[in-house]
Amino acid sequence: MTSTKPTAAEETASESAPAAALHTGISDPRTLIMRNLRQSGIYVAFVAIIALFAVLTDGVLLSPGNITNIVLQYSYILVLAIGMVIVIIAGHIDLSVGSVVALTGAVSAVLVIQQDYPWWAGMVAAVAVGLAVGAWHGFWVAYVGIPAFIVTLAGMLLFRGLTLQVLDNISLSPFPSEYQKVASGFLNGLIGGQGYDAFTLLIAAVAVGGYAVFGFRTRLARIRYQQPVESFPLFVAKVLAVGAVVMYFAWQLAHARGLPIVLIILAVLVLAYGLVTQRTVFGRQVYAIGGNLSAALLSGVKVKKVNFWIFVNMGFLAGVAGVIYSSRANGAQPAAGNMFELDAIAAAFIGGAAVSGGVGRVVGAVVGGLIMAVMSNGMQLMGVDQSTQSVVKGLVLLIAVAFDIYNKRRAGATR
Amino acid sequence: MDDAILEMRGITKRFPGVTALQDVSITVRRGEIHAICGENGAGKSTLMKVLSGVYPTGSYDGEIIFDGQPVHFNGIRDSEHVGIVIIHQELALVPYLSIAENIFLGNERKGASSLIDWHRTNAEAGKLLESVGLGENPVTPVIQLGVGKQQLVEIAKALSKEVRLLILDEPTAALNDIDSAHLLGLLRKLKARGITCIMISHKLNEITAIADSTTVIRDGKTVETLDMRGGDVTQERIIRGMVGRDLESFYPDRVSSPGEEVLRIEDWTVRHPVQDRNVVEGANLNVRAGEVVGIAGLMGAGRTELAMSVFGRSYGRDISGRIYMHGKEVKARNVAEAIDNGIAYATEDRKRYGLNLIADVCRNISAAALGKLSRAGWVNGNEEIKVAEQKRRDMNIKTPTVMSVVGQLSGGNQQKVVLSKWLLTDPEVLILDEPTRGIDVGAKYEIYTIINRLVADGKAVIVISSELPELLGICDRIYTLSAGRITGELPVAEATQENLMALMTKEKELAA
Repeated sequence: MTSTKPTAAEETASESAPAAALHTGISDPRTLIMRNLRQSGIYVAFVAIIALFAVLTDGVLLSPGNITNIVLQYSYILVLAIGMVIVIIAGHIDLSVGSVVALTGAVSAVLVIQQDYPWWAGMVAAVAVGLAVGAWHGFWVAYVGIPAFIVTLAGMLLFRGLTLQVLDNISLSPFPSEYQKVASGFLNGLIGGQGYDAFTLLIAAVAVGGYAVFGFRTRLARIRYQQPVESFPLFVAKVLAVGAVVMYFAWQLAHARGLPIVLIILAVLVLAYGLVTQRTVFGRQVYAIGGNLSAALLSGVKVKKVNFWIFVNMGFLAGVAGVIYSSRANGAQPAAGNMFELDAIAAAFIGGAAVSGGVGRVVGAVVGGLIMAVMSNGMQLMGVDQSTQSVVKGLVLLIAVAFDIYNKRRAGATR
Repeated sequence: MDDAILEMRGITKRFPGVTALQDVSITVRRGEIHAICGENGAGKSTLMKVLSGVYPTGSYDGEIIFDGQPVHFNGIRDSEHVGIVIIHQELALVPYLSIAENIFLGNERKGASSLIDWHRTNAEAGKLLESVGLGENPVTPVIQLGVGKQQLVEIAKALSKEVRLLILDEPTAALNDIDSAHLLGLLRKLKARGITCIMISHKLNEITAIADSTTVIRDGKTVETLDMRGGDVTQERIIRGMVGRDLESFYPDRVSSPGEEVLRIEDWTVRHPVQDRNVVEGANLNVRAGEVVGIAGLMGAGRTELAMSVFGRSYGRDISGRIYMHGKEVKARNVAEAIDNGIAYATEDRKRYGLNLIADVCRNISAAALGKLSRAGWVNGNEEIKVAEQKRRDMNIKTPTVMSVVGQLSGGNQQKVVLSKWLLTDPEVLILDEPTRGIDVGAKYEIYTIINRLVADGKAVIVISSELPELLGICDRIYTLSAGRITGELPVAEATQENLMALMTKEKELAA
């Protein structure tokens, strides 16, 4: 039947490009890098920035104590960035997370410090408040149809006001020591070690092993389904490189105070949300809504429901960040979390999310957050003052998005 | 050689890794209507972008001679300066500005104080509107006009720039027959005023009716320039140039053997989402397994509105009526329920409503069938790629891999991705809204072949189309729709373009 179709049809030049190396190993690193320039560019930038500040600070940046510090200091921004990138992929924005961090921390502090509830009750309450705030935002965005920019701008004012009322305009501190452990506790000494923490290294080794096994199984499955994979030596090289970086990082931590509890929380969140966005129907629908809302609707995506849960999830993570931040600050202040939303948004965009929605990755947002963290930390170590830091961060955000747009335009021009 | 207003000689345009135009030459005589034909991706638009300066001098090889002078354009402003104006397929009007403001946008009529002189603006706009035969008030916002009238505003805008060479890219693609006829009449009038016109079009009947010469482009090369003035060049002759050989027929043969009724719609009424009127009123129709049913109607007759309201109430409000699948009434209150009930709807506007253009082929194909490809909410990514690969081969989608971004495919291949997406939901009824709009002859043939394969497999297909020959070529039965009412139902053997058109305009005459 199809034999009569004209073969000359549709042979546009771009389509006649051969399906190079399909079903075989791709080992040309150039091809691999070019295929994912948007994603790989961010890693290259990350490494470059680390190297730059490592040199500028005479290596202090990479010292065991400082690496631990970076993790502790920026963990809550990274938690927020995970939720934020999902919001941004769906084509929304959330300006309220700073206020929500303050409110959840405040509720927790009032319960634990003022009312003498147990430490865990404060955490549960903080997360519950976060969920409620998320549901509030989700209701207005998804079911009433008000743009998220407006809803969360209102939320920013609203929840900051509620924070002041809950705290009665005063700061509360201190939390019991169990509560403080979330942000500044460590797992160490569980299996000993001479001048270093063997447990940290063990956990890291397990993680690297898991990564290798997972990667290998994915590779096998792809080969079974006849999809392009990288060549085996390249795969091994990739695993070794990731393993080396992780083990170096763990080695440094093991020589400081051990494995920060907050790092475990963070790792679990990154892993979980990475899988949710890439491998679940919900994740696909988030990308579909951001890529083309009308097409998603006409494909049977329940857009309102998905949008609602995106904001509930953001509220949940803001609650988690609220716990971590109040734990680290060892109390609650009326002005807590100020401008956190901007850091989280910047992290998502530096990490490759597109302003117009439909593009972005959880891992990218976390790396974007780490880039800002390393820059801030590095400049602090160098004694650069706050004002200059702000200027530099602003420029980096601008350049990151400019790079993204340049990339897109170049991709468009090859058509 | 007659007096040539434009000569493009040896134009070669390369993109990284691709040669889009290779040694293309074209000569346009002063005061003629010159058609450019070619399949999608043949290089027509690239050639026009070279001519209008979108691709600046130096980014291509070859030379352009306009009115006897070699010209070098570095942007649209340069080409407009000498009187070359291009009107793109997607109209570039600002919806909330008035007709007059749009006409003089970037070219404002200013008074002595260098503020805008509104009296002069509106008066001059009024004269321009008169010359294109558009009886609208210049202060009307453009958003209130239909596509056909917007097209006329674009032409008025071109006239305001003292155009000498007018380039129209697919001017009638979105117009109904009446508006198209009006536009073609206007082009003849402009020709009489000495304005040369280049027209890119897929509608060969229009080209044979209006063009003085036709240049055929294939795979980035000029194939031939036909002199149409003798009137002996047929559509078949042009198609031979476009595809490089004869098409035995526009429409593939098939044997029709309709079976049991699959879908029946009774007393279907839909109100406009904001206006106080019914867009569809009391419609009854049915379709059987293995049958292709056409819906013919002029623009605004309610074809798309009918289809979308049936497809999970995606359009309109206060919808009433009943849907039966295999004789049993079903509820399709949202798209997910419609899909579950075996209904699929492929939109007329694939870029806006059909595809996630920034996502890859694979994810677009799986978008409506993720439920089938997942367990407990987890997508089986490998299975997904496998079925996408299968569809790529079945449908002959020309893409390097299923990981390529859909936005980079040509119209025909994008349409195949849309069809693949809906076939993956395993529907019993497919509603195809303008399935061949904006795609070339070869790809159209492939789409028809796919439709035939579907009905041979026992699916029921409803095709909505503005092109009557297409409906006559592929349907078993045709309903006509006019002002929201079904005004007729004809077996294809009894249908002709004339009696269909009579039924399609029936209600309107009654109202008038």
